[in-house]
Amino acid sequence: MELVASKTKAYIKEALQDENLRHAVDKATQTALKKRADKVEQIPYWEELRHKAHAVKKEVIEHLDTYLIQFEEQCQKNGIIVHWAADTNEAQQIIFGLAKKNNVKTVVKSKSLTTEEIHLNKFLEQKNIEVLETDLGEYIVQLLDQIPSHLTAPALHLTRQDVGRIFEEKLGVEYTEEPTELLTIAREKLREIFLAADMGISGVNFGIAESGSLVVVENEANARLTIGLPKIHVAVMGIEKLIPSFRELPHFLKLLPVSATGQKQTVYVNIVSSALRSMTGEGPQEVHVVLLDNGRSKILADPQLRETLFCIRCGACLNTCPVYQQIGGHAYGWVYMGPIGATLIPQYLGEMEGRYAPFVSSLCGACFHACPVRINLPHHLLKLRNKVVESGHSLKAEKIGIKIWAFLAKRPLLYRFATWFPGKLQMIYRKPFPAPGYSKERELGTFDSKGFRKRFLEMQKSKK
Amino acid sequence: MHSKHLSGGDCQQQANLFTSDKTKELSMKVALFIPCLSEHLYPESALSMVKVLQHLGIEMEYVENQTCCGQPAFNSGYHKEIIPLAERFIEMFHDKEYVVAPSGSCVTMVRKFYYNLDIRDSLKPALDELTGKIFEFTEFLVDVAKVEDVGGTFPHRVTYHQSCHLSRELGVKDQPRKLIKAIRDIDYVEMEQADLCCGFGGTFSYKFSELSTSMVARKCQFIEKSGAEFCVGADSSCLMNIEGYLRKNNMRARTMHIADLLAKSLES
Repeated sequence: MELVASKTKAYIKEALQDENLRHAVDKATQTALKKRADKVEQIPYWEELRHKAHAVKKEVIEHLDTYLIQFEEQCQKNGIIVHWAADTNEAQQIIFGLAKKNNVKTVVKSKSLTTEEIHLNKFLEQKNIEVLETDLGEYIVQLLDQIPSHLTAPALHLTRQDVGRIFEEKLGVEYTEEPTELLTIAREKLREIFLAADMGISGVNFGIAESGSLVVVENEANARLTIGLPKIHVAVMGIEKLIPSFRELPHFLKLLPVSATGQKQTVYVNIVSSALRSMTGEGPQEVHVVLLDNGRSKILADPQLRETLFCIRCGACLNTCPVYQQIGGHAYGWVYMGPIGATLIPQYLGEMEGRYAPFVSSLCGACFHACPVRINLPHHLLKLRNKVVESGHSLKAEKIGIKIWAFLAKRPLLYRFATWFPGKLQMIYRKPFPAPGYSKERELGTFDSKGFRKRFLEMQKSKK
Repeated sequence: MHSKHLSGGDCQQQANLFTSDKTKELSMKVALFIPCLSEHLYPESALSMVKVLQHLGIEMEYVENQTCCGQPAFNSGYHKEIIPLAERFIEMFHDKEYVVAPSGSCVTMVRKFYYNLDIRDSLKPALDELTGKIFEFTEFLVDVAKVEDVGGTFPHRVTYHQSCHLSRELGVKDQPRKLIKAIRDIDYVEMEQADLCCGFGGTFSYKFSELSTSMVARKCQFIEKSGAEFCVGADSSCLMNIEGYLRKNNMRARTMHIADLLAKSLES
């Protein structure tokens, strides 16, 4: 299923009709929100932590060149091979090159949105390399030929009944909707694959510049197996994922799981600082890290919008977003969804393709308050809306309408005259004006025949 | 405090006098900033604000020739188009003692988002000056005039919808609640997810009308569940959205601007 960001309006309509999807999304987001709120309450220094994390990310993003070079040098010292990929194509070629050189037939992957961004699965499959997702949620969406609908819970849009049916149909097992049974089924399938895989591809949550280490957090141990079993490990990392040193890591190891799933800690924190040098010779002989730009350096150029690069992909802004709660993730039409996705879509895909994304928000600001690194998402959405307009991708009629309105609003007398009319009309037509575009299920208010100014002045006069 | 506005015979009024008396030397002058919806659709609510301020002995002036602060266009991505509107607004209001509006989102526009516009450099000090004295109505009452109890009575069950710009941009959450809870005989109930967006979002309600409707439907469920007769709010835009859905779907509750609530409470 190939999603297109410019079709978001159609996707939203579809999603709103899909009761099953809405039920699943609602249940999952509400649960996540409750769990998060509980944990946040237990951490008295939560706000302080958010400020600290923001400061760390700001420092890194504003000096990204320095940190990247340091990271590269340290990785090389550790024997990790560093590749630079400017865009999707380069990243794909680098990874394919490694696969070809090593005669790789089967790849296991742990969840990584960055690899979704470069359409890695599709690409490798076209090259006849089998690719298997090993995160349970991601495995499920892969069976459906979908992409994740949430940053941390890829199959959030599905109910367990859905999963039961998918397993029944795709894996030929007997239908069950018991979570533990479903888990066992997936685990058995995945174990076989792990043992057969020649390459493991992971994402990176945090790259440690000072030591040249890759940090991957997870709950299912699948990342640990992906990283540790096959003979080659390839980590794909967006260039913004760095933090200066291990000293800052604890902030993020606290903020991320609480924000994402309401856990105090993730179950596993994997740190890769070299190729495995085990006595037995098991595990990866080579560790590669692919540093992906793919538009990030362009975002970096804008002093305000670069804050969107602070994102640690926790998904808290999705869970708390009243829009996301209604439509889920696919409706945004790209790999990144929700409020953060709405800011990233026009920045990565351009204002034309992404012309609707920043508008898929009521600007309520709940996201900013949930964001563990304090990205001011509503303000960035406003700026991006302006960019869409300035690049000429807003509707012509709207543009003309705004111009006329602004012309009038500068001229109080004319404006008063123009706004006098609906009030008078309302004296004859006493119901709310029909507004078919607004909604059939709610009505507008009614215009007052006089308006405040007149009433106020009359009131003042009558008092004298 | 000089009590000429508040003096009266009965006990209730004595109580009013007392509650307002503690507040402050109310020799303040407020310039009314009347947002578009208040001017054209809900003048009653703005007039209620006037009545409450009057009751507290606060002097008011209506600034002639005010139009729109520019928010609808700004939120739709049109910045340079509204620079002249922002500039004339700043010129018109910056030298007032206080500027008060019955809307959190319009105050947010001026206080926060005028800084995102390329206004003339010469006006920037005036903008700084203005942002220090422009207030949303409940914020003004509680934080500036130091009035938490206007002294009214309203024997009904009400709940409060916490509008987004007011609470998240201006940080005004407790002020309206304090004012409501102080009303005698009121049965205040906090609805579930009071801070959930009603789905209006200005032009969002039109651009994504189904989505917006589906959001307000949810809000209305929580209102209904609270058992409140009135859903009180501080922004006419949210209230129009909520009321529009409640009516069309024959739901029991009605909306009420907090200015209307306070003014009504003073009538009894």
